[in-house]
This record gives sequence, C-alpha cells and structure tokens, in this order.
Amino acid sequence: MRALLSTHSLNSYYGDAQVLFGVDFELAQGELVAIIGANGAGKSTFLKALTGMVTAPNDAVQFKGRKIGGLPPSDIVRLGMALVPEGRRLFPSLTVEENLLMGSTAQRAGPWDLQRLYELFPILKDKRRVPATSLSGGQQQMVALGRALMSNPEVLLCDELSLGLAPIVIREIYKAMPSITAEGMTVVIVEQDVATAKQVSNRLYCLQEGRVSLQGNSSEISREEISQAYFGI
Amino acid sequence: MSERKGTEMATNMTQVPLRQAKELEFTVVRADHSAKVALVVAVAALVFSASIPFWGNSSWMRDFVEIACYLIFAMMWNLMAGYGGMVSVGQQAFFGIGGYAMVILGNFAGVNPFVAIPLGALVAAIVAIPLSCVAFRLQGGYFAIGTWVISETFRLSFANVTAVGGGSGTTLTALHGIGKAAREGATYWIALACVVASITLVYVFLRSKRGLALLAVRDNEVAAESQGIPVRRMKLAVYTVSAFGAGLAGALYFVGNLRISPDAAFSVNWTAFAIFMVVIGGLGRVEGPIIGALLFWALNKFFSDFGSWYLIGLGAMAILATLFFKQGLWGYVQTHWGWRLFPIERRLVKLR
Amino acid sequence: MLDTLIQGALLGGLYTLFALSQSLMFGVMRLANTAQGDFVILAAFAAIWSIATLGLSAPIASLAVLPIALALGYGLQRYVLNRTLGRDPLPSLVVTFGMSIMVQNILLELFSADPRSIETSGLSTDALALSDTVSVGVFPLMILALAIAATGGLQWLFLHTAVGRSFRAVSDDREVAELMGLHAGKTYALATAIAFVLIALAGVMQAMRTTVSPTDGTLLLLFAFEAVIIGGLGSFWGTLAGAMILALAQQIGFRADPGWGIWLGHIVFLVVLVVRPQGLFPKTRE
Repeated sequence: MRALLSTHSLNSYYGDAQVLFGVDFELAQGELVAIIGANGAGKSTFLKALTGMVTAPNDAVQFKGRKIGGLPPSDIVRLGMALVPEGRRLFPSLTVEENLLMGSTAQRAGPWDLQRLYELFPILKDKRRVPATSLSGGQQQMVALGRALMSNPEVLLCDELSLGLAPIVIREIYKAMPSITAEGMTVVIVEQDVATAKQVSNRLYCLQEGRVSLQGNSSEISREEISQAYFGI
Repeated sequence: MSERKGTEMATNMTQVPLRQAKELEFTVVRADHSAKVALVVAVAALVFSASIPFWGNSSWMRDFVEIACYLIFAMMWNLMAGYGGMVSVGQQAFFGIGGYAMVILGNFAGVNPFVAIPLGALVAAIVAIPLSCVAFRLQGGYFAIGTWVISETFRLSFANVTAVGGGSGTTLTALHGIGKAAREGATYWIALACVVASITLVYVFLRSKRGLALLAVRDNEVAAESQGIPVRRMKLAVYTVSAFGAGLAGALYFVGNLRISPDAAFSVNWTAFAIFMVVIGGLGRVEGPIIGALLFWALNKFFSDFGSWYLIGLGAMAILATLFFKQGLWGYVQTHWGWRLFPIERRLVKLR
Repeated sequence: MLDTLIQGALLGGLYTLFALSQSLMFGVMRLANTAQGDFVILAAFAAIWSIATLGLSAPIASLAVLPIALALGYGLQRYVLNRTLGRDPLPSLVVTFGMSIMVQNILLELFSADPRSIETSGLSTDALALSDTVSVGVFPLMILALAIAATGGLQWLFLHTAVGRSFRAVSDDREVAELMGLHAGKTYALATAIAFVLIALAGVMQAMRTTVSPTDGTLLLLFAFEAVIIGGLGSFWGTLAGAMILALAQQIGFRADPGWGIWLGHIVFLVVLVVRPQGLFPKTRE
C-alpha cells in the first residue's frame, strides 16, 4: 500500500546549521505514529518541514502521491495536513471560539465542526467567549488540538501535546485520541513522554541528533532499545 | 592589521569522528590587501586635501564643507541605525541644536565660532541624554516618527523665540571681523579635521569590544542582555555619540553658511539625505556613508537644478535600493569582490 | 472655553480620520506608514483635479476617489510594502519615506505649491446654533459624525467579522495564521486597502474644510501618529480619544498664541509618552 505521507532523505537546516540528516519516514492511512527523541533531536523541525514552516526540497516530502516540499503552509493545510504547534501558540487576541474558527479558514469539508468539538471537549463550550490564553495549560492544549481538527485534515500532526502538563491532564488529552482516529484520521505525535508515546501509537520512530536511530512497531520495541536509540549509546 | 593565530582541536565538529581529530590551524584575519592599499591612498589624499586652501578654488572648499556636513551626519545616522538598530527620523534635532548653540555662543557669549563648533556638538550631546528618556519609550518604526516629533518641537520652539530671530532666523555676526579667505580656509580645515575625527572615532569604536557588543544588541537585544551586555547603556551611548556628531555637523554647517533659521536647521531633509546616502552606499558598513556621500554630491552637482524631479529620482532610487539591493552599493561590492577598506569584521580563515 | 472645547472636538473628528488608518496599518502589520499624510493630500488633489479637469461635482469626485484608493492600497501593500515587513523597521521606513518624497514632489510638479480646496457651496459655512452664543459648523459636525461612524465600523469589523478575526490572528502570530490556511500577504493587503479608503476620505474632507498644498502631508502624519500614541495602541476608540485630546491641546495652544498651537500638541504628546507610554486607553496586548 502506498504511503499516505512519506519523506525521502530529508535534510533540513536552520540557517547554515543542519538539523535533519537524511530522514526517511513513512505513514500509512489510519496509523498513529509516534516520533520520540531528546531535546534538540530535530523532532519539531521534522514536523515543520512536513508542513512547510521550514523549507524542504521539493521531492523530499510526498503527500497523497504529490511532492509537497517547498509549498507554503497555507497550501499544505488545504491539501489536508494540519499541525498542532509546539507550545500551542494560540492567538491571544482571540477568544476560544474564535481560535477554533480560525482553524476552519482552509474550508475543507469533513466531520469536524464547532458542535462536534464541544462534544469532545465540553469545557471549551463553557469558556468559548473567553480570551484563549487565559485558560489553563491543559485547556489551551485542547483548543490547539481542536483548532487543527477544524481544518478537517487527513493527517494530524501533534507537536509535544504533553509539554508542561501534569500527567493527569496528559491522560485527559490523550483520551480524546480514539474519537479523533475513529473515522480514519491519520495521526503523528511528537512526544517527550516516551511511555505515553509507546502506549498510544502503532509504530514509532526515534530521532537522535537529526537522524532516525530506531523505528518499529511500538509493541515490539523494548525499553533498552529505546534508551540506546534515544541517547545514541 | 592584526592577526591572531589559534589552534583548535576539531573535536566539536559533528562530522569529524573522534579518533580522527587533528589540529587545524586557523587564523583570525581582519585586514587584507585592499585595506592596506586604501590606507596609503587615504593618507595621501589627506595631505593633498589639507593643502587645497593655498591654491584651490573657494567654491570647491565651500562644496567640501557642505559635503563634510552631509557625510558626518550620515555617518552618525548610520551608527545609530546600522549598528545600534535605532532608526531615527529626528537626528536633525541635534543638527539644529548644534547650529543654534554655536550661533548663540558666538553672537551672545563672545566665543570664537570655530571654538564654538565642538561646544555646539557638546550641547547637542548633553541635550540628548534627557531626550533619550522620551525617545526610548518607543520602538521600531514608531521610534522613528517619535524622534521626528521631538525635532519638530525644537523647530517650533526656536521659531517662536525672537531673540534668535524667530521664524526667519538670524546671522552669525561673530565672524564679521575676519577676512573671507582666512575664514573660508579655517572653515575648510576644521571641516577636514571633523571628517577625519568622525571616521576615526566610528572606526575605532566599532573595532573595539564595545563595537562587537553593539552588533550583538542590534541583532538580538534580549540575547545580548542575557550575556551581560548593558543594553540600555549601550543604546544611550550610541544615541549620545550620534547626537554629538549631528551637532558637530550642524555647527560646522552654519559656520560655513553664516545664516541660520529654524526651517534650515531642523529640516527633515538632512535625515532624508542621510538615509539616501546610507541606503545607497550600504547600511552598517563604515565605507557605505562615504561612498553614498560622494555619490550624493555628484548627483547633487549635476541634477539638483531639476528641483522636484531630482528629489523624485532620489526617492525612487532609495526605494529600489531597499527592495532590490539590500546591501547597498558597497555591500554589493563587498559581497561580489570581497573589498574591504575599513576592516572591522573578523573572518575565520583556514590556513591548511 | 466652551468654544475651545467644541472646536477641539470638531477638529478631533478630522484627526480621527487621519489616525484610524495609521492605527489600522500598525495594528495589523506593525508598519509605520510615513507616507500616510502625503497620500491624504494625494487623494485631496485627485479629487480637486477631477473636479477641475473632468468637471465632476464635488460629491461625485469625492466618492470616485474611494475605490481608486482601495485598489491603490491593496496593490501597494501586496506588491511593494509586503516585501519590507519583518523584524527590521528600516526597509519599511525607507520605502514609505521614499514614497512620501516622491508623492510630495510629484504633486509639486503637477500642481505647484499653491493651496487649493474643494468648493462645497456653503456647506462649509453653514452653522447650527446650539445656544444664543454658541454655534457649530454643520460641516465639522458631519466630519465628526463620519469619524465616529468610521471608528465604530472598524471596531465592529475587527471584533465581529471573519475578516477582522483574520486581521487579529495574523497580527498576533503570522506563522501560525498561515498554518491555518491564511495568506498573510493578501490579509495585509486587505488591511491597507481599507486604510487607504479612510485616507482618501480624510483627504477629501480636509480639502473641503480648508486649503491643501503638496507639502501639507508631513504635519498630517505627525498628528495621526500622535493621536494613535496618546490614545494607546490596539483600540480604535482609543485612537479617537487620542485625536480629541490632541486637537484640544492644539486649540488651547492656538488660543494662547497662534505660533504655539501645534507646539502644545507636540508637548502633550511627549508628556503622555513619558508619563504613560502605553497610551491613555490601551488594549492590553503582548
């Protein structure tokens, strides 16, 4: 089966510094793939390269059979790939509902709309007229996730959903995953929390200093393998 | 003209495996051939220029004084904007303050106007200190317009004071006793001295540790602050030095011009021309304002008769330069041919 | 004293029109448009020219300038000014400054330095009597009404429409806004297009109220800027308040001595800048 999303020898740079070295990646429809790695390993950069926030060579990234490297983010989201950015990055001048509505700018058809989001995250309905950045960390993460869902993507990329959140909140957020993937949404999560990543994903990749150091089915990889791959030992 | 040899273990280069670490010799180089040639040329030019009052045409000398004022003003504007990251459209405030201070000292305090030139500059620098409290409230584009308002406030203030002639200005009477040739010669030499002093001052400053710190501030204030660089003090220092230079240019200009008025002294055209010179010549490079000033003088000489069309052309050139030649003329030359007359950057050069 | 207050409020209406465009452009894209005043004058002269040369009536000419201004603003932002945006304020400053010089001098070449105006056949002198001693001009009252309507309109646009939402989003975080599918360049262009309509409106009003000459632009820019700063960034009602305060300060200074009118406005601006740099009515942001 042809991969829904794939990268081929992806190199990425911040200015003159190379951050990713020949990353090969494949994602099949309906999978939930996790990308783990230490700080600075290049996980966020990888997601940014997928969504066009960091420029990639044209043939290095393929989505739905099409080479998308070099396209601007506004085009890529219209093709059906959405990102929940690291650190949430909600719009401070907008309310919760307005933030969610921004997500539907791409005007893609699909099952996700405000009503469905409020069913998934009821607390957001109560707070929908409140400035988004006045919410707690966990609630803000829900808004960020919801905002990405509003574009009805085929592939959802989540950058560090658990960042800065207490374990109980992290669990709350990941409880929503099954509802998201139920209708065939394909998801990539970047996670510092290795245990959660291993638990929720079908497959995982480990990045170490910009290179893929380990990949495989989440249930089959051992803790030792992960430690070695994580730290490059 | 300084070289420092350093040896580095190449262990921190990710592409070189540990067991193959070698000693690589690096040299930190500042100056190269073109700079040394330029220095010789500059000294020769200086000696030549200093002799002009003895045999030269007096209109050349007047032209020179005027272009010297433009150049000094532009260099100071460049210091603030290109290196300090503070873009101001109000430096003409200090130009005018320097001019008026010189006239007031000359006409009312009996000070020799030639001596009053640096004094006028000093007054401008002193005024800059409390003014910075106001100006620094703003950032970026609004800092620029804010400084313009400050300049306008000075213009209106002076225009309403009858003791210095109000709106129509006044004449510098303190030089009445001196003969024309002597006055023009003295003005010329002082202008020459001011130009050399300004260039030297800026060059020495930028080569120093403080200069490096300034570049750090320009690039990223927050990062610079975290490295222990006193950002606020640095910006104040640049603002004050720039004011001094602008005041110097102003005082010098009106010694040459003999007549001062608020509209001439505080005209925004000074800054407009400085922007033009610097943008065309090359922002942030020492040579840039000099190249820009020469180009500007040439354009002025041949085209200023065309009045409005000349200004329209200047405006268009500045826009095109900003959009398509971000480095300015000198920057273009530097990038394509590697010329450097005033070596400031330290370049890492691998020897083997 | 009452008369001064009234005159200040009426003048403040005009200044509001100048300042709203500045507030809009700076609010959405952090662009300080130093050519704004000159575009106001350009619009005024465009109307004057079309009345004199094309024989249009004053109201038609005034309305005709508006769509042209919309297109000009959109094109200028989309194809020129967008390239100057970024962390460094210099490129946008130099480009707008260069445009300012060009516009002023082109107008000087085409129209000479003589002041012109738009004749309004008595509208500018009609007055409403508020009491036995006080009367207000109908025209300045119209301008004030227009200013209030424009302010309210902009505020409504920003808070209650999708366009306004995109303006606020792109201003908050351009990168993430693009991640949502927003085309930042087009959004900026739309904002400038609206700003230019306000600029054109202000120009036409100014030419009807008094005379205009090619070099008037500089002062108008400074007034717009001062009004925005006094009022506080991030709020259009704040800009209106700032414009009122500025106009009032100028009127008070003017009453004391004609030479000190504009000067006092500058002083009030500087004082507010030192004492309350965020402005009198800021919307808390960043």
